[in-house]
Amino acid sequence: MQATASFKRWLFRLYGPEAAPIILTQRRVYVLPTKAGLTYAAALGFMLIGAINYNLSLGYALIFLLAGLGLVALLHTFRNLVQLEIFPGHVEPVFAGDMAHFSLQLLNRRNQGRFSINLRFEGGGAVSTDPAASASTLVRLPLPTSRRGWLHPGRITLETRFPLCLVRAWSYVEPDMRCLVYPRPEKSAPPLPLSAAGESGGSRSGLGTEDFAGLRSHQLADSPRHVAWKAVARGQPLLTKQFAGASTTQVWLDWFEMPPELGIEARLSRLTRWLIDAHAQGLAYRVRLPGKEIPLGMGARHYQDCLEALALYGD
Amino acid sequence: MQELWLFASAGMSLLPHVEHAPIWLTIAVGAALAWRTAIWWRRTALPSRWLLNFLVAAGSAGIFLTFNQFFGKDPGIALLICFLALKLLEMRRVRDGLAIIFLCYFLLLTHFLNEQGIGVAGFTLATLVVVTAALASLGHGGRPAADHLRQSVLMLAQAAPFMLVLFLLFPRVQGPLWGMPADAYSAMSGLSDSMSPGSISNLSLSGEIAFRVKFEGDLPPRPALYWRGPVLSLYDGRTWRADARQRKVSPHDTAAGPTYRYSVTLEPHNKHWLFVLEMPWKLPPDAILARDYQLLSKTPVRSRIRYEAQSHLEFVPGADESEVSLRRHLALPANNPRTRALAEKWRQELATDEGIVRRMLDHFRQEKFFYTLTPPLLGENSIDQFLFETRRGFCEHYASAFVFAMRAAGVPARVVTGYQGGEENPVDGYMIVRQSDAHAWAEVWLKDKGWVRVDPTAAIAPNRIEAGLASAVLAGEPLPFLVRTDLSWFRGIRFRWEALSNSWNQWVLGYNPQRQREVLSRLGMREPDWKTMTAAMAVLCGLLLLGLVFWTLHKRIRIDPTVRAWNLLSRKLAHLGLARRDWEGPMDFFNRVALSRPELAHPMQAIVALYIDLRYGKQNDQSAQQRLRKLVSNLEIIAKR
Repeated sequence: MQATASFKRWLFRLYGPEAAPIILTQRRVYVLPTKAGLTYAAALGFMLIGAINYNLSLGYALIFLLAGLGLVALLHTFRNLVQLEIFPGHVEPVFAGDMAHFSLQLLNRRNQGRFSINLRFEGGGAVSTDPAASASTLVRLPLPTSRRGWLHPGRITLETRFPLCLVRAWSYVEPDMRCLVYPRPEKSAPPLPLSAAGESGGSRSGLGTEDFAGLRSHQLADSPRHVAWKAVARGQPLLTKQFAGASTTQVWLDWFEMPPELGIEARLSRLTRWLIDAHAQGLAYRVRLPGKEIPLGMGARHYQDCLEALALYGD
Repeated sequence: MQELWLFASAGMSLLPHVEHAPIWLTIAVGAALAWRTAIWWRRTALPSRWLLNFLVAAGSAGIFLTFNQFFGKDPGIALLICFLALKLLEMRRVRDGLAIIFLCYFLLLTHFLNEQGIGVAGFTLATLVVVTAALASLGHGGRPAADHLRQSVLMLAQAAPFMLVLFLLFPRVQGPLWGMPADAYSAMSGLSDSMSPGSISNLSLSGEIAFRVKFEGDLPPRPALYWRGPVLSLYDGRTWRADARQRKVSPHDTAAGPTYRYSVTLEPHNKHWLFVLEMPWKLPPDAILARDYQLLSKTPVRSRIRYEAQSHLEFVPGADESEVSLRRHLALPANNPRTRALAEKWRQELATDEGIVRRMLDHFRQEKFFYTLTPPLLGENSIDQFLFETRRGFCEHYASAFVFAMRAAGVPARVVTGYQGGEENPVDGYMIVRQSDAHAWAEVWLKDKGWVRVDPTAAIAPNRIEAGLASAVLAGEPLPFLVRTDLSWFRGIRFRWEALSNSWNQWVLGYNPQRQREVLSRLGMREPDWKTMTAAMAVLCGLLLLGLVFWTLHKRIRIDPTVRAWNLLSRKLAHLGLARRDWEGPMDFFNRVALSRPELAHPMQAIVALYIDLRYGKQNDQSAQQRLRKLVSNLEIIAKR
């Protein structure tokens, strides 16, 4: 098994993640007949025996034309894949158990289209695409996730049987891509530990979304809903409206205040659930993990920071 | 869409078989196709598996009942047709589609068992384009129909050079590899080894080509064009038959006059005879000359063959015929008393055999005899009836009556059948001999002269020998269309077409091991055996493949010279750590470079200004492009300092 794997690694030149752009040069595109192709060859063999036996001169011509067609199909299939360029694209973080989608740009520099190219990760679903002529095509490759942390998708198999299904051309690429997988949110978690907020005292003056409290300079992570568009219209720089959350509750998501019998993953799972709920309810929250503490905050950026900290806990 | 392609493929592959398949099968397959189209149109469900199994069993049983076997040409084709039609009804997955396509390819091949003409080749090619387009549609269903068609034509065009190389160089093997099924050659027409009244006049209604002849040098005069075929010396009162017991002889008899060299391309007739001009002098190899000067091949002629021969028009064959043999040529059944009486009367009146022969011919000439394709039917004493009552007959009647009378008068005689005449095609110089040229004449044995040809038909209808059948028969007789002389424009077209199909036969269909060696040595290959042929084939196919690989990898992208110069600039500046960023416009790039390397600002300014003008302005001439190129090239020298 080990030997087969290392032979395969040597044969297909699989040396780990590659830098972009990945160009499918002719040395890394492989072609072999499909089962249909072998049947086709066998059928031609039988036909040839028939033509010899009955001295069918036109039969010879037909069989030789079909044999030529097989060779031409080999090249056409090869051509459909070769010189394709692959650029890794954006990967959206997902929760464990959800489907991760890896975006790839397929650049077809040829001024003819390519058709029916299938891409898939090992263990992932296949995606078929027709990269148009002299254009770049976006594909999103699904891969199921199970564990939190960085997901390295491994190699992608690109394959095509276009145009005649008689030949399969394929190539392996391993773009430098990874996906951040957040912990799986607990299904039936206890409610948000709002009571914990009371302990810090005076926390009700925190940031919220209800009462307007002034302007501050805009940050990239701020929601566009909070941009002071009127000010922008007057020619001022982007400003973000700040609101005082009269009813805003602070939530303190603390690793150490969880029931001691919970394991690491269970704690992370519950914290994730709470984070989701707190974010959805527009609450301000802070997260404390062993060796890491994220101060009070809210908004998309804060939410992602916290989730990332949970995802990468222990890395 | 894929379904439609598959329907079209199946339809076109099945169409040529309609003529040969059993009628019930044609009707059943037509119904199956209509049913399948209706299913597709109304989007209803395909028939269930058990129904299909039942239909397979029913179809196979029907074929077995029709042919009494499953092996052989016709039942095999019928089974293929049946399976193709039923597979259409079982079209669920891509795999079924592939099976349909492979069946179509097989059916295209089997059609060549029936016919291999130019028309068939053209239709097969058209079908091949459609079937291959159907195969392409299986590879990608979503493309428009025209794309599949274009793909198919492109790929077949690229495959054509391979076909040529393989066709020329693939070492040919003379079939058959195993015994042929008995029904392989059922439908061939031609002379047979027996002759009864009506057999040759029936053959004369066919315009089919019997053989073609190419003479080296002059053509013999038309009245001398007697193509010798089966010699019939046994008579049972109605039918003349060939004597199967024959010894082999060599053509040693005295021959004089000019030698005619020619090659004959004989259409298959499933019999042993080879036709040669009377009398053969040099024989083709693998041929046997029988005692009665019939030229025979060792195996029945089952495919179109070509042989060379030489003949002399003047000859004295069989002067040394044995007593036993001559007695055999006098044997007669005891009927036709009136003819016998007449012959015996002549025997007493006339002294010599020649005299009797002449007397008989005079009889034909002087009495009211007619030469016709539609003679009345004859009864038991057919020769009496013909000579004394009906007096209307075709060549077999005259030959038969003549030989009978000669034998009755004690002159050894026999019937010779074959072809008389031939028509030269002015387009390619080949002489065409048709079934309508079939003829029967007589030979009598005269002391010191051997066997002498006597053609009684020439006495009745000299035009038959001088100008052919069409001018000899009465007006209004049912002649084959191709033989008629009154359509000269049509004859011109026909000559061209027949010359074309002759070259097709000679060079495409007749490309056998012998022809292959001939062609290859003419192309400069010394001693072409299978090893050199295979090597040449591999090399040529490899070269073709290389050409196609080049086409495959060749990027057909023409980069604008302006852009190329600009890319060169970007690459050069990248060495200085000033790579142009993908999103950076020319001005931004220039500003950045000028800031970090002020010494480049001046030369860069000219380049950028020119680039902007070329790329976004109106300027678009070659000299400006060259100037840009030069500026960029010169820049390197400055940058290095």
